[in-house]
Formats: sequence, C-alpha cells, structure tokens
Amino acid sequence: MKPEDQEFTSVATLDPGPDKVIGPGHDYGSVTDEIGGVVFRPFLKTPRQMFIGFAFAFLLVNLLMIAVTWLFVRGVGVWGINMPVAWGFAIVNFVWWIGIGHAGTLISAILLLLKQDWRTSINRFSEAMTLFAVACAGMFPILHLGRPWLAYWLLPYPNTMWMWPQPRSPLIWDVFAVSTYATVSLLFWFTGLIPDFATMRDKAGNSTARKIFGMLAMGWRNSAKHWARYQKAYLLLAGLSTPLVVSVHSVVSFDFAVAILPGWHTTIFPPYFVAGAIYSGFAMVLTLAIPVRRWYHLEDLITMRHIECMSKVMLGTGLIVAYGYAMEAFMAWYSGGQFERYAFVNRMWAGGYWWTYWVLILCNILIPQALWSRRVRMSVRAVFAIALVVNVGMWLERFVIVVTSLTRDFVPSSWGMYYPTIWDWSTYLGTIGVFLALMFLFVRVLPAISIFEMREVVHHTAKEPTHALGD
Amino acid sequence: MKSDEPLYWRSLEELASTDDFRAFVEDEFPNRTPDWNDPESRRGFLRVMGASILLVGASACTRQPKEVIVPYVRQPEELIPGNPLFYATAMSVAGIATGVLAESHLGRPTKIEGNPEHPASLGATDAAMQASVLTLYDPDRSQTVTRNGSISGWGSFITALVGARDVAGLKKGLGFRILTGTVTSPTLATQIQNFLAEFPAAKWHQYDPCGRHSVRSGAMAAFGKPLNTIYRFDRADVIVSLDADFLSSTVPGSLRYARDYSTRRRAAAENPNVAPPRLYIAENAPSVTGSMADHHFRMTAAGVAGFTADLARGGTGAASPEARGVLKDLEAHRGSSIVIAGEHQAPQVHAFVHAINQALGNVGKTVIYTDPVEANPLDEISSIVDLVKDMRDGAVETLLILGGNPVYDAPADLSFLDALKRVKLRVHSGLYSNETAAWCHWHVPEAHYLESWSDGRAYDGTASIVQPLIMPLYGGKTAHEVMNILANRADQSAHDTVRGYWQANHKGDDFDDFWQISLHDGVIAGTSFPEKLPPAAKAIDPAAIASLGATAPAGLEIVFRPDPCVGDGTLSNNAWLQEMPKPQNKMTWDNAVWISSKSAEHYGVTTGDVVEIELKGRKVAGPVWIMPGQADESLTIHFGYGRTRAGKVADGIGFDAYTLRPTDALWQGTGVSIRRKSDGYKFANTQHTQTMEERDPFRAATYAEFHKDPEFARPEEKRVAKDLSLFPLWEYKQHKWGMSIDLNSCTGCNACTIACQSENNIPVVGKEEVAKGRHMNWLRVDRYFKGPLEDPEMYFQPVPCMHCEDALCELVCPVAATVHSAEGLNEMVYNRCVGTRYCSNNCPYKVRRFNFFLYADWNTESLFGVRNPDVSVRSRGVMEKCSYCIQRINSAKIDAEKQDRPVKDGDIVTACQQACPAQAIVFGDLNNPNSRVAKLKRQQRDYGLLEELNTRPRTTYLARLRNPNPDLEKG
Repeated sequence: MKPEDQEFTSVATLDPGPDKVIGPGHDYGSVTDEIGGVVFRPFLKTPRQMFIGFAFAFLLVNLLMIAVTWLFVRGVGVWGINMPVAWGFAIVNFVWWIGIGHAGTLISAILLLLKQDWRTSINRFSEAMTLFAVACAGMFPILHLGRPWLAYWLLPYPNTMWMWPQPRSPLIWDVFAVSTYATVSLLFWFTGLIPDFATMRDKAGNSTARKIFGMLAMGWRNSAKHWARYQKAYLLLAGLSTPLVVSVHSVVSFDFAVAILPGWHTTIFPPYFVAGAIYSGFAMVLTLAIPVRRWYHLEDLITMRHIECMSKVMLGTGLIVAYGYAMEAFMAWYSGGQFERYAFVNRMWAGGYWWTYWVLILCNILIPQALWSRRVRMSVRAVFAIALVVNVGMWLERFVIVVTSLTRDFVPSSWGMYYPTIWDWSTYLGTIGVFLALMFLFVRVLPAISIFEMREVVHHTAKEPTHALGD
Repeated sequence: MKSDEPLYWRSLEELASTDDFRAFVEDEFPNRTPDWNDPESRRGFLRVMGASILLVGASACTRQPKEVIVPYVRQPEELIPGNPLFYATAMSVAGIATGVLAESHLGRPTKIEGNPEHPASLGATDAAMQASVLTLYDPDRSQTVTRNGSISGWGSFITALVGARDVAGLKKGLGFRILTGTVTSPTLATQIQNFLAEFPAAKWHQYDPCGRHSVRSGAMAAFGKPLNTIYRFDRADVIVSLDADFLSSTVPGSLRYARDYSTRRRAAAENPNVAPPRLYIAENAPSVTGSMADHHFRMTAAGVAGFTADLARGGTGAASPEARGVLKDLEAHRGSSIVIAGEHQAPQVHAFVHAINQALGNVGKTVIYTDPVEANPLDEISSIVDLVKDMRDGAVETLLILGGNPVYDAPADLSFLDALKRVKLRVHSGLYSNETAAWCHWHVPEAHYLESWSDGRAYDGTASIVQPLIMPLYGGKTAHEVMNILANRADQSAHDTVRGYWQANHKGDDFDDFWQISLHDGVIAGTSFPEKLPPAAKAIDPAAIASLGATAPAGLEIVFRPDPCVGDGTLSNNAWLQEMPKPQNKMTWDNAVWISSKSAEHYGVTTGDVVEIELKGRKVAGPVWIMPGQADESLTIHFGYGRTRAGKVADGIGFDAYTLRPTDALWQGTGVSIRRKSDGYKFANTQHTQTMEERDPFRAATYAEFHKDPEFARPEEKRVAKDLSLFPLWEYKQHKWGMSIDLNSCTGCNACTIACQSENNIPVVGKEEVAKGRHMNWLRVDRYFKGPLEDPEMYFQPVPCMHCEDALCELVCPVAATVHSAEGLNEMVYNRCVGTRYCSNNCPYKVRRFNFFLYADWNTESLFGVRNPDVSVRSRGVMEKCSYCIQRINSAKIDAEKQDRPVKDGDIVTACQQACPAQAIVFGDLNNPNSRVAKLKRQQRDYGLLEELNTRPRTTYLARLRNPNPDLEKG
C-alpha cells in the first residue's frame, strides 16, 4: 500500500455532516497519513485539476511579467489613470488583496484565542492565503508609483540628504501597517508549521525532502520542553496578531478617510473596512477550500461544519458591511453637505459608474442573504457560488470608493472618467495568477492542514465522543 | 644588471629588487607595467591611433557642432551667463505687427513677452505670440533651399532667379509676378515698388486667406478710399458688436482693445461713480467677446446683416425689439458709443456701420480714422482672382511667392493648384516646405521673425524694427534678401536693407541715435498715423437697407472662421497651440462642425457624428460638435486643419475647411447641405462638464445686485473663521505671496496658459493623452455655461494652483515632495517625488499635473533651445503644478538684495500676469498692505474658490459683474 492510494488511510473520506469537525474513525496515524499523503504523492499522481489549475495560474503569472515589464519600460501611463482619477486598479486591487488577507489572521489568532476548534483544519490554509494575498497586495503600491525604483524612499532609513518620510501621510502608516502585518503573519505561519515539518521530515521517503523538511523543522524533537515553549510562543504570536487584524485595514482605510475627497472623507471607514476585509477573506477561503477539499478528498477533515461556520461569519460580516453602506448614505444625506451628498448621487445614479454601485449592493448585500437558509449553507455549490459573488462584490466596493469618488469631486470642470486598459486588467489578473500559483504550490509541497492540531482534535474527540464546537 | 639598478630607492627591498618585492609590487599595482617599452604594444598603439585618425576623417563628412571653449576675450556688454537679456522686436500676423520683448538666454530666445512701449501690446501678448518661440525651434521647418524637391543652394537659387528676372526683363517684367501676404513693412513694400518701377509690366499680388478683406472693401464702399479704423474702448459706454470678436486675436489691435475695455470694466467695479460699459453682441457662434457681453443676440451670420439693417433704419423704424432697445441705448450715448462690425461680415455691413458711427457722432471720439496701415491696400480677393486668371491664361512665367500657402488656402473655386501648374518657374519662400512649396520648382527656407531683420506697422500705423535674436537656425532668408536678388544686390544683408530704408527716410543727422533708440524701444517714435477726419460716409438709402435686410435667406448657412488656436493654418504645426483648448469648447487637436442643439436635432446629428458638408458642389467631411450658444441653422467651421504638408504635428489632423470656401462666400454661405456619414468620432477635450452643476466656482451678479449686496460673492456660509484651527496659524513674517484673478476682466483668451507653458517648460502630450485626461497645462481656463442650452452665458475662469495655506496635498505626500515655503508657496520638489499621485487626489482644485509617461522631449535636439534654463525639465513619474513662477520671484529677490532694498510691488510679474491683455491677473506680496494684490483682495468682490473647505487659498477671484440693459433684461 502506497501513500497516494485512496485506500491508504484506514478510514473512509466521507463528510461526517454538519456537526462534526472531523470524520469518524480517525486516529493519530490516519490523520497524519491523510494530510501527509497529499504532499508525498508522486509528482505524476497529483490530481489532474491541480495541474490544469497550476498551468492556468502560471499563464497568468507570465501575463503579469509582461504587464509589469511594459509598465516599467513606459510608465504608469500604460494604465487608464488620469487627472482626476489618479488612482485606479492598482489601489483597488491593493485594498482588495489586503482585505482577502484578513481571514487568515482572524482564523488563526482570534479564533484560537476564542478556542473555536473548527478553525483547526482551515487555519494553515487560510494563513497561507493571507501571506500570498499580502504579497499580491504589496506589489501594487510599488507598481503604481510614478518612479517605482524609488519606492524605498517611503522607508525611514538614514541617508545623507537627512530626509525622512513625511509622517503625516497615511501612505507612510500603510507602509508600517502592511509590512508589520506581513512579518507577523509569516512568523505565525512558520511557527505553526514547525511541528508538522518535523512530522514530514520523519515521514519523508526521499532524502532531499527529508533534508529540506529537516532544515525547516529547526531541530524539532517533539520533546515536552519544545511543546511548552512552542505553545507559549504560539499564543504570544496570536496575541500580537489580534490587534493587527483590526489595525491593518483601519490604516488602509485612512488612505481614504484622511483625504478630503467626498466619498473618501468618512469616519465610518475603519470598522467598515475591517468588516469588509473579513467578509472578503472568508469568501476567499471558501473559494479555495471547496475545490481543494474535493480534489484531495479531504471532506472528512474540512467538513460541512467548517463550511457552515464560515458561511455564518460571512453572513455576519456582510451585515456589518451593509450597515456601513447604509450609514454612509444616511450621513451623506443627513450632513447636508453639498459635496458629500453629490458624491452619493454620483455613486448611485448620476455618474458614469452608477451600475457598479448597484452590482455591488447585489453582490455584497442581497445575494448573501440566502445564507440565512440552512439549506443554502449546507449546499457546497451554493456556498461556493456565493463566495465568488462576494469576492466580486468586495472588489467592486473598492472600485466604487476609489474610482467613482475621484471621477467627480469639487470643481465640475475637472470631472472625468476612468477607463481601465488592457494593462490594468493584465496586472490584476496576473496577481490572481501569482496568488493561485502560490496556493497550488503550497498545497502540493506543504501540509495544508495542521497535522498536529488535527491530532489534538482526534484526541479531544476520542476522549469526549460527543464533543463538538459550542458544547 | 648595473644599468637596471634604480638611481633612487625607497627601501632595501627595492634596491635589492628581490623577486618577492617584484611580486608584491605587481600585486599591489597590477597596472603599473608600462607597455611603452614593449615594442609590440607600441606598434599596436600606433595602429589604433592611425585608425582613429582615419575614422575621424571619415566622420568629418557630417558637420560637427562648433564648440567654442575659449572664454570671451571681451565680454559683450551686459551678457552675464545665467541672466537673460530682453530685446525689443515685433511679430507680424497677417502683416500687422505687434511689439514684443524676446527673452534671450545666452543668445537663445526662450520666451516672448509683450512690449510695454508698443501701443498694440502695452506689455500683453496673445497665445500665438507666446507660441511663436516654439515655431522658431520647430524641427519640421524647412532647412534648405530645394530645387524640384532636391537639396540645392542659395547660390544656385540666386542664379535661377536672376535668370528668370532677366528673361522677364526683356519684356519689362511681363510675366513676372510676386505674391505676398498683406504687407505693412515699409522696407519690403519699397523694395517691391522699386522692382515694379524697374520692371513696370511685372505685377505684385497680395493675398491673406483670413485678411481684412471686408474691412477694406467696407471702408471703400463708405468713403471711396481705404481708411483704417481704430476704436477707443476706453471711451465707450455702449458698444454694439456686430459679429466683431474684437477681444480675440483675429482683430488687429485686439490686445489693446482688451486692455482698454477691461480697464473700463475694472474702474466701474471699483468705483460706483464710474459708469460701467455695456456690450451688446450679435453673432452666430459664441466668441470670447460674446462671453463678456451683457447682451448676447444669437443669430445667423446672415442675420447679423439683417440686424445691422435694422439698426440703420434707426429709431422706431427698427423691426426687432432688441434693435430698438440697442438703438435707444446708443441714442442716449451719442459720442460715447461704438458700433463695430465683424472682420468677417460683408463689406456692406461695414459701410453701414461707418455711417451709423458718423450719425452717432462717435467719429473722432470713440472711432478714429487713419490712413491704412497696409503699404499698398488693395482688394486681395480680386488680386488673387486676377493672378489665377493670368496663370491659367499662361500669362505668368515666373511666380515668386513670398510666404503664404495659396495651394492650401486660396479660395477653392479658383483651383489655384491647376493654374499654378501652368507657370513656368514657380518660386516659394516660407517657414515650412508646405503644400505650395511641394508644387514649386524652388523653395527657399524663410527666416523666422526672431531670426530676421525687418519692419512692420501696428494696427495704428506705429512702425517697429524687427531685429533678430539668433542667427537663422536653418539658413533661412528674409523676403528682403530675396527681393535684394531681384535688385541685383544679392550680397546686401537684410539688416543693411532695413537700416538703409530708414536712413534714407530719416531727416536730420542723428540717425545712429534714432536707430539705436528705435531698436531699444521696439517702436519708432512718432510713426503712428495721425487721426484723419473721413469724408461723410455714403448715406444709407432705404433701398440699401432693404437689400441688406433681405439678405437672410432661409436654410442652413455655413460660416468660415480662422481657428481660435491655429488661425488660418500658418500656426498649425505649433504643438502648444494645437494642445491649447479652444476657449468655447475646450477642444484640442481638432476642428469640428459647430452646430446648435436644435439644428442638430433637426438634421439628425449629434456630437461625434462625422458629416459630409456640401457647398456648391464641393464637399468636406468633418465631425460634429454641438455648441451651446450657436445660432440655429448655422454651421461654423474653422480653417487651419486638414494639412498635408505642415509637419509632423499638424499633418492629417482635422479637416480642411478651405476646400469648401468659394470666392463669393468667403466667410459665410447658404445653400449648404449636411449628410451624416458615420458616428463615434473621438474628440480630445480638456473639460467634459459644461455647467457648474449647481455649484458656484464662478460668481457673477449685475451691478444693481452688487450695489444692493456687495458681499454677494462671499456669503456668510462660505467663510471660515480664522480661529477654526486648534493651532495658531503660521505667521508669514517676510513675504506672503498671493494672486488675484479678476473674472470681470478675463476674456478666456488662453494667453496665460501658453505663457505659462513657455515659461515653465510644460510638455505637450498629444491628442491621445489629452483624450485620456492627461493634459499638462499648469494654468487651465475653465469654461462654464449658465442658462439654457440653446443660448447660455459663457464664463471663463483661469485656475492656477491656489497655493493653499492649509494645503491638502502637502499633508498626504509620503516623501515630503510637496512642502510649504516660509513665504506661503506650495512648492513641488521634483527630485523628491516618487509619484504616488495622492496629492492630486487630495487637491480639491485638481490643479496638479502628472507625468504619466516621459512627456518632456529628451530626444529632439532642436527643441532643447526653447526651454527656460531656470526651470527644471520634469521626468517621467513626477507630479508638477503651478509654482507662482518661483524662478521669477527668486530672481526679483536676488536683484532687490543686490541693490540692498526690499522687493517692491510690481518687481515680480508672473508669466501669466505678464501675458494677460486684460490685466486680470495680479501677483504680489500680501504682507505689503499697499501692494496692488493686497488692495484687490480687500475688495468686496474677492472670494476664494472652495474657501469653505478651509484650505485658505492664496489665489482668489474677483467676481464678475454684468451690466444688462434693464429694457432688454429677459423675463
């Protein structure tokens, strides 16, 4: 019997139903084998969908390479940005990707602290997603600069010109917020992987893999002392990450809230951006987890319970976002400010992009209401479709905020439209390619589900057969 | 080995010259071993040297730039590297000269300013004058004498022209023709007259496509002789413009007229005891003059003639209530009113207007007559018709075309080209190897006015010497030099010719002083023509009134006009002017068929549709633009486009309106039909929103409203309390720069925009980029329509950087690339900018401009010369914006410091302020309570744009005041 065989695990990979976080009959060994088996499959036995998916993603990566080369050769003018719309897809995508990156930290840190056991089988996965999303996001602020080769001027480094960044600019806050977030997320993810690296090292059949996993395991010997230190460190990191979940997107929202532009200058932005970020993050986790679960037959580890819980989080954050929209519109009217009011008139019907607003309402508010129904939540297809719709909706939200507000501001003579060019789209699709390619590689070469934490779940389930979340 | 021992040594090791030491030295100084002593290497060296010398010889085929590195042995007086010098000269458009001061940096003209001594300029310029310096450096200018399209030489040309003259000379010049534009240059006219005296059978034709044909014929019709009319708008209380766009550069003297008119308006706004002037205008298409009018009568161009007839009936005879109202107002202001007919109206209208002005007693008061400024006034249309007829008959053997481009711009029904092909020897001299040059045997590059010695007369006859600032860049020759060939004086320079003319005509023995003073001042003292009392104008008989009144036939009319930016086409290849938004619709890089919204609906066309216009069997296709304020059933199309041999900038853009223009409908014609061909033509406009959208960036009121509520422009809710901030406001201890823009004076002519472009090295981006919204002008002129779409009021508002004290852009820049100076300037540090564009997003005025690509031309060497060395040329990825001409501020401060005195009010003149003919822009120190700008800001009309945002803008506006006739006020 070989690890890649379906029959390798001693238990059937059937979904155990909506109240279980793990399929029946699992023991420590079967969990380890099932998760490790994904990585140890011979190359050619990788599921066909993975090959196709990766090939597609890789094509998009190449598209990004071409788009970025052209961008660097010619300048940001290859995009559709102009005066007055000086920020276009680059910033829309930046905010979108940062938002997607939120689910990972939320699942890993906050749900860990809240002792939500259903997070276990999806936390590794969503942390990886966070990292890759932040990597994609991080590209845009640099690419969108007029002189990208001088991006390091935004960092406070000692120099002979005695120049420091201008600390009142939200863009500087962004630099710190995003780089902190990326660093902590990476540390958190890597720390969580160490015990599993050791498992992989011990299980690996081939010597190269053994060496690589051995190095990554950093001498992990599974001793009690290691575990004691480890758990303390992990908790500390979780504690560190928790405020970041709130701070990063709050700071990103300051890019807009601090500016005077009607449609940007809004105090509700920080909480509303954070909720939106979690909303889109969970949508993206679902978008990725549902196919992977199916292709690798992980239904017994990522169960309907996980999917349902994530759907509920989506529904909840979606409602916060809906409240945000309502308040924005209400305050625009209630303020009586001419420019503020017009920003909403423009957004809703007067401007050239009125339809994006209504598609956004449809995607982010109306369609996700279907999740109130348990039948919808229990349908993998329906949840997948809604998650996709929310991804689109959240992207449009950023488009409406960034672009539509800029098209018509204070002085009517300067109003103008923005039309994305093929290079705008190529860069956007290209980062989606980078994201997907990294995800495919991650699923293929690293344990996508935390083995040792699943063993803990097995341990708890065995001790207390009726144990489940919320009990 | 003895001989190898060093004579001097530094260490024992060196003396011993051990292997170890050698190895150490080799290691320490690896390149030390000279290969001079190695015979092989020496040969190699000599081989390389030999090859280099050969290659140098080979490359000598191209002329190397002469690079002089020796310093001046005798420093030219006043020439200090880094300090510009200004020389007075004059620029002529359609023969009429306007004085300018050209700024020269180390012998390189970079900027044109108005000449305050010159009566037609008084220091102001128009956009075309500003842009003329770009034409000087235009790489597309013709650069060599050509014969049948191949490169030839000046010497060969002289031989050919002398040969042709000698052949013609056998028949007293029969068959020898000269074609020029309108000539006011006394020297050139004398040269031509002398030639004609010698060869009496030769002929001189003049033709300017957009010349003052109607004006001349009108004066002839009224007085029986050509007379020049000058208007004194500073003395006029009531002005009735019959399609006369006297504030735009299509009218000679317009800069002076704008100055006089705005002075009156400003005086009335500042002093309630001064009566404000009232301007009525009747026109078919909105003009900049129309935007200043208190009453705008929208009618077809033919309708204007009818309106004139109505006015001529006088008193109660007038049919329309508008005419009755206007007449009443005119009657009440006898001797202080002006009726002015448009350059493009029929001669009969001009004749009527002369009579009306006489009847109103305006002559000698507001309407002054002088001798014509043209050296040889004639009916240019019949002149060119005669020429074409003679060419067709084979009566022309040699045609010498001095400037001009008749193949492109002669009336279409003459088929000038067909006739031209029958001429045996065709010679053309011009700045460009244009459509006409292509069909000529010889082409001689003409010298630009900044390269020329010449002279010319202004609208009032004042003569100026044109002096060069630079040797001809492309070996150009002036018309004087060409004429010298014909006078057997080919070796005489233009300088000697011009000087010779003035010397011959100078009385007294102080000619050298006279010459120096004339050159220095840019005007020749006492040359303006004296006022002349005209004979009584031909009485208007009722039959003439009836016939003029009946000339408004039904049906669609077409109106031809010079383009508001590129004129008749001579300026087509000037990229600054191509990218200058046309005042009325903010369109760049195109001409269009203007049509009213009602007519558009009637003919089933809309903006962007391409239509085929047919007039008398000739067709042209162009895109439609629905123009608010355009008269119904009246199309306006502009010349200057559809060029085929203008240069890289102008070739192939727009459509050629000349192809429709017949001699009998030079400016307007009826019986035109339009047919829709396709749609979706893409224009490149810099402004897309036509109205103020219920906002009030532009504030206007009538005088009555203003006197009732003097604070109308700055209502309570727009003001921000000084103590709104938690922090004390920054105290500007030394200077506090500020600007005031008087919307009551601004005509929207765009001179400031181009002056700014020239001063600040602002790049041109091209039509595609403008269409994307990426034009670069630091100073834009916003245009708003107010009122009904068919007949709105049109307002212009120049918008430079506001230099906000609480600048929002500075707050959000992450790299401190835009910062505030201690004098209150909002400064852009290009070197520091990384291009986040956040500043622009946060600028409520959207005055920032971004280099999305490398817009500045770093490759075309000839264009390097036009740049102002005091202003950085920006690179790709950098934000830029109005700096209040910081280079001028600093230069004035340095001068003041050198003279150990404070900066005086008026020391600093920004480029926009300098150019403005209406003096609408004033810059200065707000800390000086007596400065002009501080006084203006204390006026009640003063308001800041978006002041309520608490940006504390340093640029503020003075609200517009209107003076409508209560009898005619609508509603």
